[in-house]
Amino acid sequence: MDTLDGNAIGGLLREVFAVEMTDATGVCGHCNNEAPVAECEVYLGGPGAVVRCRTCQGLLMVFVRVRGVLCVDLGGLQTLERAPSS
Amino acid sequence: MVVTAVTDETPRVRTLQLAVDDWPGHRAGQHVDVRLTAEDGYQAERAYSIASAPGEPPAITVERLDDGEVSPYLTEEVRTSDRFEVRGPIGGYFVWRSESSDPLLLVGGGSGVVPLRAMLRHRARSASTARARLLYSSRSLADVIYRSELEQLANGVDVVFTLTREQPPSWSGYTRRVDTELLREVAWPAEHGALAYVCGPTSFVEAVAEGLVALGYPPARVKTERFGATGGR
Repeated sequence: MDTLDGNAIGGLLREVFAVEMTDATGVCGHCNNEAPVAECEVYLGGPGAVVRCRTCQGLLMVFVRVRGVLCVDLGGLQTLERAPSS
Repeated sequence: MVVTAVTDETPRVRTLQLAVDDWPGHRAGQHVDVRLTAEDGYQAERAYSIASAPGEPPAITVERLDDGEVSPYLTEEVRTSDRFEVRGPIGGYFVWRSESSDPLLLVGGGSGVVPLRAMLRHRARSASTARARLLYSSRSLADVIYRSELEQLANGVDVVFTLTREQPPSWSGYTRRVDTELLREVAWPAEHGALAYVCGPTSFVEAVAEGLVALGYPPARVKTERFGATGGR
């Protein structure tokens, strides 16, 4: 399966955060790159969604639904900040 | 959500007009998630760009993928007054605002033209003064989505087609895949301050975005949306 980008998980992110997050800014905890969530690499081929930094490919976020419970791991992010306008 | 009309765009592509209860209105470039549930409870969910302009009822344009789980149903089986679940509108990054007067450069590959068409319709309906140029890569003329609508666009919009696999005998337009050289010929020079939106298969989007940055476009002025190997949105 091809790499997608953060636009593809806008609906999932809204389920988690209850607001629009594709234009939020994330700072990578591995390489400090700052980028909109929409520009991150997203892999949907496995059992959940895996989000990686486009600069260093470091793991930023993982979302997996297990028996109806959505498990969220944001451990690879240094910060995640909503866009002021959204 | 109920389907109110079905329009064939190409042999593989259909537009579905939707009526959604309490639709909050959408922005140009946003998408919806479509969720289908099988009788055994199995669910499949896919994202589809909204094809209509803000202020118009929501519509999605779907390309059939032969091995798809959702698109064969949406392109072959769905009938007017059928219902399925949609979530949205979604997206705040790949969105064009009509208040922007910067030149608008749209580059689409295949069904990646769908959100770009929403932007062009929004531009026309909002009396925007932004110049606009669409570079649209298709396999063949028969695969061009919204062809008659795009050919009739005027009033500050240029539309440039490239047909990469098959061309009509009289074709005098581009026949190459979009690369830096083609962008150099079609895109405004970087100093014009254009805002670019690029949508299509992942490899297409990456080639176009790299090309625009190589021509001097600031990365933050090149907004991208990838939908995978082929088809999708």
